[in-house]
Order: sequence, then structure tokens, then C-alpha cells
Amino acid sequence: MPKYAMVIDQRRCVACMACVVACKKENDVPPGEFRTRVVEQTEGKFPELRMELRSELCNHCDNPPCVYNCPTGASYKNKENGMVLLKSYRCVGCKSCVAACPYDARYINEEKGYVDKCTFCAHRVKEGKEPACVATCVGKSRIFGDLDDPKSLVSIALHQNHSEVLLKSVGTIPRVYYIKKFSKPE
Amino acid sequence: MTAKFSRRTFLKTSGLLSAGIAATTMLPDRFLLWAEEQGMLTSTLIPTYCEICFWKCGAMAKVINGRVVKLEGNPAHPGSRGKLCGRGNGGTGLLYDPNRLKTPLINTGARGEGKYKKASWDEALNFTAEKMTKIAEQYGPESMAIFTHGTPTDHFLPLISAFGSPNVGMPSFAQCRGPRDVGLELTFGESIGSPERLDMANSKVVVLFGSHLGENMHNSQVQDFSEAIARGAKLIVIDPRFSIAAGKAEKWLPIRPATDIALLLTWINIIISEELYDKQYINSYANGMDQLRTAVSGYTAEWAAGETDLKAADIIETARMMGKSAPAVCIHPGRHATWYGDDVQRTRALGILMALLGSWGREGGAFFATQATFPKLDSKPYPEPSREPLNLGGYPFAGGEGVTQAIRTATISGAPYPIKGWFVSGTNLLKSLPNQKETIEAIKRLDLLVAVDVMPFDTVMMADVILPECSYLERHDALAVGKGKSLTVSLRQPIIEPLYESKPGWWIAKELSNRLGLGDYFPWNTYEEKIKSQCSLWGINYEELKKVGTITIPNTAKPFITALNPPQFKTASGKIELYSKELEEKGFDPIPRYTKHPLPQSGEFRLIYGRHAVHTFSRTTNNPELHELYPENEVWINTSKASDMGISNGAYVTLVNRDGIKSTPIKVKATERIREDCVYMVHGFGTTSKGMDKAFGKGADDQQLVTRYAVDPICGGTGMRVNFVRIEKGASHA
Repeated sequence: MPKYAMVIDQRRCVACMACVVACKKENDVPPGEFRTRVVEQTEGKFPELRMELRSELCNHCDNPPCVYNCPTGASYKNKENGMVLLKSYRCVGCKSCVAACPYDARYINEEKGYVDKCTFCAHRVKEGKEPACVATCVGKSRIFGDLDDPKSLVSIALHQNHSEVLLKSVGTIPRVYYIKKFSKPE
Repeated sequence: MTAKFSRRTFLKTSGLLSAGIAATTMLPDRFLLWAEEQGMLTSTLIPTYCEICFWKCGAMAKVINGRVVKLEGNPAHPGSRGKLCGRGNGGTGLLYDPNRLKTPLINTGARGEGKYKKASWDEALNFTAEKMTKIAEQYGPESMAIFTHGTPTDHFLPLISAFGSPNVGMPSFAQCRGPRDVGLELTFGESIGSPERLDMANSKVVVLFGSHLGENMHNSQVQDFSEAIARGAKLIVIDPRFSIAAGKAEKWLPIRPATDIALLLTWINIIISEELYDKQYINSYANGMDQLRTAVSGYTAEWAAGETDLKAADIIETARMMGKSAPAVCIHPGRHATWYGDDVQRTRALGILMALLGSWGREGGAFFATQATFPKLDSKPYPEPSREPLNLGGYPFAGGEGVTQAIRTATISGAPYPIKGWFVSGTNLLKSLPNQKETIEAIKRLDLLVAVDVMPFDTVMMADVILPECSYLERHDALAVGKGKSLTVSLRQPIIEPLYESKPGWWIAKELSNRLGLGDYFPWNTYEEKIKSQCSLWGINYEELKKVGTITIPNTAKPFITALNPPQFKTASGKIELYSKELEEKGFDPIPRYTKHPLPQSGEFRLIYGRHAVHTFSRTTNNPELHELYPENEVWINTSKASDMGISNGAYVTLVNRDGIKSTPIKVKATERIREDCVYMVHGFGTTSKGMDKAFGKGADDQQLVTRYAVDPICGGTGMRVNFVRIEKGASHA
């Protein structure tokens, strides 16, 4: 069984927003809502500045608070590939998962009346394609693949670089990894 | 389009599937995507190339049931390599923008009043042709000028040339690349091309001089840029603003605006005096080294530190970084180069630096494009105009794209002969030319203003007759020939039929040619016919091209200098001209010299402007998919400066320039990411056209504030970073 994950190589990101627009088109995300975003954070005082560009999306956690907090069983963790997905027909739009997610990765699709989020483009992955954001990523900053396959791009990237996850301390065990610097793992 | 689809509606609709789903194209994307996933509908991928900017990336359009639901990059195309930027991904936003021009329109009020009546194509084309004929009869065909940008040029420039006018003005020259191209031509005998022939992916050092790659999203170039960074290239960014690129830099030099030449000449001096230059390369290929050495010897790091407000140690360190990594150093020559009016000389200095590092024609520097080319289709030669072109403005090195503002000046003055008609396609002149007052003044004096465009841009709404072109996803256009390391041909083909009553540019040009008695210049019935003839002449399988979008001709390029591939420089001397006799003969400095520019006075800021990754000039501000990501521009003000002035982040202010021109209200972005002596805004906002629902009144227009411009005497480029503004607090914003 594949263990899908995404690696975001922040060195390569230029905040061009191609991922954001591609995601919206691919998944018909309603106006004003996003399944992914690029956050720019600059610290320091002129001219001693440091910038971080960070793509954020659903972390497809192995310990997913959204799933535990879903009263209807709509949110679930796919046992085969680890994706956190949604059975929309079970969703009543109660927003428990929206509140539970520490990554602000979910939104209510007002038109459809249920919650929505990044699916790692499960429909594309099923066809052997990369998620839309990865396929269009101009800087090749986003990498997608199977952690159980040592030859996959994600495995290689994680093997060669030090990586971090967001909010590690909250114990969600994310499957989205961030490479921030040029350092090798220590 | 906003019909709600509950699960029940889905079921009902799917029950109706067999009752003729193909009959309507109004089904929403979410239904089509769902139906595709359920296997009820199939999607097709049709290749074309993008027109959201000028990079012309190969794209694949995904179509379900006659609706374009998504655009993706074409892996076969060298400009996109399977990827599209945010704007390219948002191309369907233009296609389905409800504000598109839908029918031909004829002005019924005063010019610029915005009163139009719907017209049939026959009416609008007859109107245009009659007015053009009248201008030709009364003043001569040269009195009809054309302003154009992008692929519409391939249809309307031939029309105006056949009409007998040499007066073309493309803002891409005098408001953009002109000085860069001229500076490099004077130095190396050729410019850098588009896409720029940079071997950036293999560079050890990348130098960005005011270029904010990443915010200007030149697809394949940004791919190379990311690649270079990932491979460990060191990045030097010179920019008064901490751009996205600066955020990735090993060295960010926040230079005082308008002192760039001081830094460049000092770098050149250090590289020469520390003998870091490529002696063999210079001895073999360049002339004027002795004069150069003498000319720059006075430019010391200590002196430059005073001029540029940089640290002398940083200037020296960056010069050494380049010298030690030569020749694998990519000095990006920029693209929008019209800054201060001495822009040809600045590019000359950049070129000289490239030459000293030996990076022109070397791996990691600039490569040579393929020499392969395609034969031209036989066509009827254009008539020889009986009067001199006035689009060169008397500038000795003005290029074939013409000097826009020279046409504008002649339109106002009527000398040396009157210009009475403007044909405007694919460019929003009010936003692209400096000093809108002059543009409006010139427009007032016209007998005819024709606009061909997809959207009701500000300039379009000044026109006497508006001819609605369909978007790039609904038309054929000229084959795009790419000359990089290989020769490529790419096809633009209609993905769907034109919406509303819009028509392809080629059709509009051809119909006008028939009415002007110039039909011989368009000797085909459809543009596809012309493309087919070209393909057969070029040995390209058209049917194959339709399927794959881009065909690459087996590698014919010799990109780098080798013993068997010596470089050829098409300069007067046949060598790289560190010292330019050509310039000297015309009375200009043969080696660039630094001259001081005026600086802002107390309370003033220099106005600088640039791009945002999801917008192309003023052309995308109303695109629903891109508007959402950056709906209005902001004015960047240094945090300390803003706090001194009592201006808070997010407040609305107005900017007032030295001529008393006041901007519309603009939101403040108080940030550490900019120097204290300048303010920055993204170009293209502050739309005044009410037909653009989303963009109307959003943000402020930098071009409105660019009332002064410094003309480069060498080529006519208009330096537009020479305006100073004050900030007025307390603007109210609707």
C-alpha cells in the first residue's frame, strides 16, 4: 500500500501562486475559499531581513483531529493510502472539523452545504497523475509521492535534506514535510 | 451559473443525461468535473499556447462538454515544460469573464464619454474602413498609426503596413525592453532574445539587477531560477525592495534608486584591478580594454558606497563572488529597462560586466540561440510609404518596434505631418505610456481611434469603434517560432468557438483588408489555411502539430563557445565593443559614465513600480480567478517611515506627485521590505473603465503619477522611475 506524502522544498518556492490557481480550477473551489495558500513571512529590521515562503494545505495527518472530531463519520483517514478524505454525503456541515484542524485547512462549501478540503487530488492520483498543485509547480517546490517507496521523489528529498513538519508539538503527525534550508540532516 | 446543485439536483440531472447533455454549454464546472469522474462524460485535451503574457507557454486545455474547465502546461513546450504559472492557470478567467466585449460598438457620444451603440460587424467594419480611407485621402496613409502588443500584432501590423503606413509603436520598446536590447546590440552585436538566452540553471552566481523574478513570472526562466538556487547557485540581488528574489539571495544590496551605474562601474573597476576578468576571452573577443580600464579607474568602492548607500565591503565582496565564479555567472540583463533615461548605458555596463566575466556564450552565462530558421511564405510586398516614418523620433538607435511617444508627440503637434488615426490592438496605452495627459491630448486630436481587444480596458473605452476580439482560447494565431537551444514551432488553435459575437484577430484584419481594397495581402480564406501552407513549406506535419501543440526541430544549436564554435559578434568591429565607436560617432559616451540623478526632497519618496506574480500589466486585473488573489495594489512604505508619519498598515492614503497629480486611494503596506526613500506599487491597477466590474476603482494607477519621464537620447526609451510623490493621509475608500 502506498503511503502518500508531500514534501515542500521552500528553497525553490517563489510564491508565484500557480499551485493556488491550479488547485482551485482542478477542484472547482468556490470564490473566496482555498484549499492551499502560500504564506510569506518576513522577519527582522531593514536591511537585515529573512523571508520564508510557505505553502500550506491539509497535512493529511496520521493522527487527524478532524477525523476524531467528526460526529457523523464523514471525515475519515483512508486506510490504504493515508489520505484524509471526506464522505460528503455524511457531512452535515457542523464545522467540528474546521474548529479542530490546527492548520486551518478546511472550509465550508456554502454552495454544496458541506465541508471541503485538499484531497491530495485523490482523483488524479488514482489515474497515476500528480496532484494539480505539484504538476504545475513552477519551481518544483512541491513534491508528491509514496514514502514506502525508497526511490520516490519524496523519499529521496527527505533522505537528502533536513525536514520539518508544521506544529510538530501538537502531535498530529503530518504527512506534509517542509525543507527549509540547505543543510543535510545532522 | 450560480444554480445550486444539491445532491438531489445531481441525481435529477444525471437522469437527464441521455436527454442531451451536449445540447448546453452552460453546465457549471463542478457538474462537469463530477460527471467526468463518474465516467458519464469524457474530457479532451487540446494543445495551444498561452496569451496571458508574452512568454507564449505551451498549454493543454481540458474540455468537457464544450467548456474549458482547466489549463495545464504542455510538457513538449520549452517555455512551460508541463507547467503554467498562476496567470496561465487562470486563463479561463479571461475566457469566461462576464465583462468581455461582446459585440462591436460604435461611439455615439463625445470621445471618452463611454456612450456606445451596439453595431453589427458589417457596420463596425464599414465604419472603420470608411474612416481609414478618408484619412488616407485627406492626409495620406502614413497618417494612420498602429500601437500594438502580443499576437494581434501578427494580423494588424500587416494590415497597416499594407495600408501604407510605417508608423508603428509598440510599448514593448520605448516603455520596456528597448534600452536593454539596444545596449546589448551595441556591445555584442545582438540582444538577448525573448525568452532571454540565459543558462541560469547552470550558473554558480546569479545576479539580478532590479529584476524581481518570481514576481515577474517568466515561466521557464523562473524554473531555471529555482533550479539554480536548488543546485546551490549564489544569488546577488540589487533592489531597493526586499523582493521575493531578494529573500532568496546570498547578498541583497538595497541600493539607493538611480545609482545603479555607480555600482556597475565600480564592480567593473574592481574586477579589472583585481585581475578577476577573463583575460583570454577579452584578448580574443573584445576591443577597448585599455580605454575601459582608464575610464573606470576612478570608481572606487568607497566612492560608490557614498553614491549607492551600500557598504563598500559588500560591493567588493559581490564583485569577487562574480569574479571567482566566472564564467558561470548569469548577469540577468532585465526586461523592463526604462528606468532613468540613461538605460542604454546601464545595459552597456551590464554587458561589459558579462564580457569581463567571459559569460557571454559560456555555460552558466548566456548561450547562443539556434541559427536555424524557417523560410518565409511568399507575400505581396508592402507599398513604400512616400513620407519618412516618424516613429523613430530622431533617436539614432530607435528600433523597428518604434517609439510610441514619438507618434504621440507628432499626433499632438501635427508635425512633420499629421497623424489622424490610431489603430490600437492588445495594448492599454493609458496604462502603458507615461504622462496620460499627453495620451489623452493626442487622442482628442484624432479623427479615428480603433480598438481591438478582448476586454473593455481604459483605452478601449476611448475608441470611436470597438472591435471585440475573441480570447486566445477561441482563435488561431500565428505559429509561434521559438529560438532557444532548439528551434520550436507551436500552434495556437481554437479550443472552443468564439463566445458572443467576438471574432478572431485574423478575421477582423482580413475583413478590413477586403473593405480597404487590400485583400491581396491576406490571400487565404481562413488562418488555418495559412498555417497549413507554412507547415508544408517548413516540413512540419500539421496534423501532428494539432495533436502535440509544439514540435521541436532536432537540435541545431551550438549554444557555447568552443574551439570549433568560435563566437561571431555582429558589431561594427566584429568584436565585443567595450568601447563603442558607434556611440561615440553619434555624440554619446563610448564607455558608460555615471551621472547623478535628482533625489527625493524631504517628505518625498521616489515612486517605483513592478509586477505581481498573478498579474500581467493592466490586462488581468479583472480576471475573476486572478483578481481574487490580488484584487488591489498597495503602496509599500518603510515601517519606520510610516510610523513617523502616523500612517498605519492597511490605511488608505493618496499619493501626490510634483505636478500635483493625485492618485486614487491606495492601501498602505507598511513593511521593512523597502528603503525609506522610495515607495513601491504593483503596476496596472486603478482601472477607470466602468465596464470592468471587478477592477474598476481598485487600487491606484502608477502610470497616472508618472507624469514626468526621462527620455533616453540614444534610443527613445522613457525612464519612468523619475517621479517623486508625497503621501496624503486620510483618504476615504469606498
